[in-house]
This record gives sequence, structure tokens and C-alpha cells, in this order.
Amino acid sequence: MDNEKMGTAIVVTSGKGGVGKTTTSANLGTGLAMLGYSVVVLDADIGLRNLDVVMGLENRIVYDIVDVVEKNCRLKQALIKDKRHEKLFLLPAAQTKDKTAVKPEQMVELVNELKKNYDYIIIDSPAGIEQGFQYSIAGADRAVIVTTPEISAVRDADRVIGILEAKELHDPTLIINRIRTDMVKRGDMMSIDDILDILAIDLLGIVPDDESIVISTNKGEPVVMDDKAISGKAYRNIVRRITGEEVELLNLEANDESKFSKVLKLIFGK
Amino acid sequence: MFTKKQEKSKNVAKERLKLVLVHDRADLSPRFLEMIKTDIVKVISQYAEIDEAEIDIKMTKMKKDGNSSPVSALVANIPIVKVKEKKK
Repeated sequence: MDNEKMGTAIVVTSGKGGVGKTTTSANLGTGLAMLGYSVVVLDADIGLRNLDVVMGLENRIVYDIVDVVEKNCRLKQALIKDKRHEKLFLLPAAQTKDKTAVKPEQMVELVNELKKNYDYIIIDSPAGIEQGFQYSIAGADRAVIVTTPEISAVRDADRVIGILEAKELHDPTLIINRIRTDMVKRGDMMSIDDILDILAIDLLGIVPDDESIVISTNKGEPVVMDDKAISGKAYRNIVRRITGEEVELLNLEANDESKFSKVLKLIFGK
Repeated sequence: MFTKKQEKSKNVAKERLKLVLVHDRADLSPRFLEMIKTDIVKVISQYAEIDEAEIDIKMTKMKKDGNSSPVSALVANIPIVKVKEKKK
């Protein structure tokens, strides 16, 4: 068809809960919209809706994803337009239904429909590896795995990588979230290289542990819009990499003028 | 392995993680690995004397050169004490 796009659907997943999937989804979606792409961020965490509050759109919800698959409304009616970006939309999760409300086939159909009209579909997957996770990955072309430098998060990431591979969703990329340079420096936190060594997948980006994220979430404004925040910069870099641009890895020591910077470059590699 | 004093906690984490992942990734039960080990020992013992206590067999994932997706591999570390004389 002449005017149809062929967008890309990217699922953001992690296995473990609380590593920053929703924050990442909101920032990737917003960041892509800032570059001028049309984007839908889709909250696939049915029963535990949260992407709406992270994006500051909780007051605008009328319909949700379950309404769409059950045909209580048209897809366009359920899409909530972002406050700040013309081409950014949220498809909210249902809060009162459970994860059996959407089947993988319905998800594939929905995502394919969205891909016709938008450049990127960012799917915020629920934690775990059960039903909710299964349908959230069903329509995705690519997967982004979020982890933190903790044993439990890396272990779960590894498990998810295995499942994605089995589901033919190849070559997921990794975001390492909440890195604390000071702890890495003294050997009390696994470094980027340590984690890459273990998971053996490509790095999409790193995000430092940053108070600005808490503050921006409090306000419902994704940190990617904050020019001053280092984590905002981190997300802007990640977004550019998603679009295919080559961007150097963020130097987390940029503000630290210590003599150790050379050594740190070694530690952080790349 | 843990003889070094005052090991950095991140190294402890890494080692523990590696061990736990060996089993997570294997979809093979420890019992199954034990069976493989017994058979490998049997075969190699015909040719060489091996240090059975030091044998290490595990499933792991590794990246092959020129291939971006990791593949599963069975890694066996079998210390050979002495090669046996060829039997006639």
C-alpha cells in the first residue's frame, strides 16, 4: 500500500522486576519522538499498569489495550497522545484485567497494525517469563534487555536471552542500568565488561545510577528530555544507536577530572 | 579458586554468577552431566590415567568468531596424569 510505513517493534524486557524496564521504555519512546520519529509506547504489563505514570499521562486514559483486542474501541481511540511530542502515543495496559486477557496472536495482530502507521513501537514487557512476557515478545522484531550490575538481574537476563533465542528473536541487545562508577572503581560492582563477558550479547548502552531519574519520574517527564542529566544523555545516546547511528559509549567519568581517568577507561573498555 | 585473601566482592559475584549460570543454561540436570562425565571418563581411561577428582564438565555459552549469537558448548576439563602404554 502506498502510504503504509513498515515500523520496527522493539520489546523492552528483563526477566527480573525493578531493573528499570518501564523507565527505559518511556525514555526510548520519548527519545525517538524527539528525533522526529512517530512512536507508540505500548504498556504490556496488564494488571500492573505504570508506563502511563512514568510518562505523566495517567489522567488521560479512557481505553486500554484489552479494550482494543476485545474490540470495545478502535485502536486510534485507545492511543493517548503525549503532552509534549506530536508524534508520540501511549497504548496503556489494562489495570483491572489479568495477563490472560491478551493472547500472543492478538498481540502480533495489534503490533503489525501499529507498524503500518508508526516508525517505532516500544513494548514495555512485564517482569517474569510467564504468559505476560510471552505475549509481549510475540509481535517484536527486536529485543532490548535491561539489566543492572547485580547477580540476580544478570542471571535473569541470561535466562531471558535463552528464551528469546528459542523463540527466534535473535540478537537481543543489552542496556546496563544503574551503574555506579564509584563502586565499580573499588571493585564492589561488576563492570560493563564483566557483564558483557558473562552474557555474551551486544551492548546497546549504559545508564548511570542517577537521582535525576527519580526526580523526572516524580514529575512524569522522562529524563531523556533533561539536557543537564547524565542519564538523559545516556538515553539520548541509546536512542541514536537504535536508529542505526554509531555513538561512542558514554564516559561516566566526564565530570570527574581525576588522574584515574585513564585507568577507568581501561575498566570501562570500548 | 578462592585462596586469595580479600577478594573484591565483584569477583565473588562474577564467580557465583558463572557457576549458577552453568546450571541455568544447561537445560541438563546435574545428574545428566554426571552420566556424561562417567562415560567420558570410561573412554579416556582406556588411553590415559586421569585425575578424576579434578574433572570439570559443564555447559556454557560462548561467542564464536564472526558469529554474533552465542552457541551452547559442553566444556570438559580433564587433567591427564599419565598417558598409558599402548596395548597390543
